[in-house]
Amino acid sequence: MKTDRPGLVPVDAPLKKTVMSGEPIVRFEDVTRLYPLPAGDVVALDHVTLTVEPGEFIAVMGPSGSGKSTLLNMMGCLDVPTSGKIYLSGQEISSMSDDDLTRLRRDRIGFIFQQFNLIPLLSAVENVEFPLLLTTGREESRRRAITVLRMMHLDDALFSHRPGELSGGEQQRVAIARALVNDPDLLLCDEPTGNLDSKTGTAIMEILAAENREGKTIIMVTHDPGVAAYARRTIRIVDGRLV
Amino acid sequence: MMFFSFAMRNLKRHWVRSALSIIGIIIGVVAIASLGIMGNSINLLVANVITDVGDTIVITPHTAFGGTFAGDPRTAVDAAIPAREVEEIRRAVNPHRTIPVLQGADEVEFGRGESGYARIVGLASEDIPILLEVAEGQYPRQNQPGALVGTHLAREYGISPGSRLTIGGESIRVSGVLAERGLAFDINPDYAVVVTDGWYESHFGAKDTYPLVIVQVGDVDRIDAVKEAIESRINRREEVVDVSDSREMLGQYEEIYDQITVFLLGIGGIALVVAAVNILNVMYISVTERIREIGVMRSIGVLRREILWMFLYEAVILGVIGSVVGGLLSTAFGYLISVVFIEVATAGTTFGENFTVFDLSAVGYIVFGMVFGIATSIAAGFYPAWRASQLAPIDAMRQK
Repeated sequence: MKTDRPGLVPVDAPLKKTVMSGEPIVRFEDVTRLYPLPAGDVVALDHVTLTVEPGEFIAVMGPSGSGKSTLLNMMGCLDVPTSGKIYLSGQEISSMSDDDLTRLRRDRIGFIFQQFNLIPLLSAVENVEFPLLLTTGREESRRRAITVLRMMHLDDALFSHRPGELSGGEQQRVAIARALVNDPDLLLCDEPTGNLDSKTGTAIMEILAAENREGKTIIMVTHDPGVAAYARRTIRIVDGRLV
Repeated sequence: MMFFSFAMRNLKRHWVRSALSIIGIIIGVVAIASLGIMGNSINLLVANVITDVGDTIVITPHTAFGGTFAGDPRTAVDAAIPAREVEEIRRAVNPHRTIPVLQGADEVEFGRGESGYARIVGLASEDIPILLEVAEGQYPRQNQPGALVGTHLAREYGISPGSRLTIGGESIRVSGVLAERGLAFDINPDYAVVVTDGWYESHFGAKDTYPLVIVQVGDVDRIDAVKEAIESRINRREEVVDVSDSREMLGQYEEIYDQITVFLLGIGGIALVVAAVNILNVMYISVTERIREIGVMRSIGVLRREILWMFLYEAVILGVIGSVVGGLLSTAFGYLISVVFIEVATAGTTFGENFTVFDLSAVGYIVFGMVFGIATSIAAGFYPAWRASQLAPIDAMRQK
């Protein structure tokens, strides 16, 4: 349950109820994604059908250009299929407006990127509270941001540091805190340890594994079999097809 | 508010760029407002010093009209209207009053050892009260030598009724001081000495010609008909005289000054457009270098319109700061420019004394400059902001 994390206020929304009702958290039905290019269409995803149940930890593996990131972007409502249907907790997303998809990302999905993608203008704590501030008051947002940052074992003294003043590992901890602060149903990670040394990478993976043990659904794109070993299921993708 | 503070922080982060944009807006607003005030001051000055004698027709010899208005004391009027033409005019405009005016200049001793050249105006004694108002003393009586002194001349040389002047070596008693009349299209007595035509002709010699004839119509609606009557009678075969009325001339001057104001505002507007292009450039750079950041924000749940507002706030902040500072500086600059302009334009005269340029329309130009500055900034910021808001999150995040 999402309320057992200290300092976090439960977010009540319709999607949560459908999660409780036993719907898969992600369902792809014959999803194809084409990118039109002058030299001819590129098939990034080719008739992909898959189901992700709540609480799963899935590693998506495959060679470069195989469609891993496209798959992740579609799950994160950042891209829409050329054909086929995508359901998030039973809700079909391809007919949703841009605003609705944005709200879905804000309330239900957490992103962790290889490049960390923190906002350089903001301090560590401000980066974490940023998604919360879109919906919640300043005081409550700050309180929750600090709680989650401490859970990531980031030194309090670093809270006021800008991303440029933090190490890669510290930045990724901040990025994970930002992804978790809204208590999302789904955590999407694109090569979360790709820019980190192995020791820091292991620490980050421990954090993600702990989140999964607490019930968070995690889908993670990775090249690294050692990182993929943290997942309970591995999906392989080649030339846009699941194999 | 969060996006407003974002905008503030981003402007602070690139404070040199922001400051330069603000300076651009300031220059534009100052240019618009102060040039507007300057144009307005010219208008106000002219309106302040020109007497609106709307019921008067001024007739000058055709050859004597040289581009400046007939009553301008600086116009040398050598040509004159012969007495028989004046009689023709009198018949043409009957029953309206025809006032022939004699004008010349001579050395005048004002007492206290001061002397100088002054304009001498000769009028029939019965015409003087029609045209001029006495502030102190009385009108000169018929066949009795007496001079009326223009208010500025009287003030400058301390002349009062009962004083004596010596005009070209001939002494004459001051019977009265005229009320201020301002710059008019007929005669300008504020710096002149007005004497009766009899005294004038005995002093300067009778020539039976007049440099200027004034017709008092009384009814403004009749002016065109009277002008037509003069034209058809006197100028039938050739252009002998120029006939104009003060309304028409005032209208022409107002038109010219309006054009000057529009022209000056146009120059200010160009300055502001340049500033707007600078803001457009700054906003474009800001959007371009933050594309990735925009992508990240969109991916974590920032709506398109929130991105739009974030960038628009930057333009608004630049515009508001620039316009407010520009408005304050314009107040100072506009005032200075106007004061200097009035001093130069009225050098050697007392026109423009106690004259303030800060009437409501001057404030209007400052407000106009400020509103124009803010509006231009928003307009310049809108396209880059809109472009930022339309970026697809994944495309934006792929940017290096």
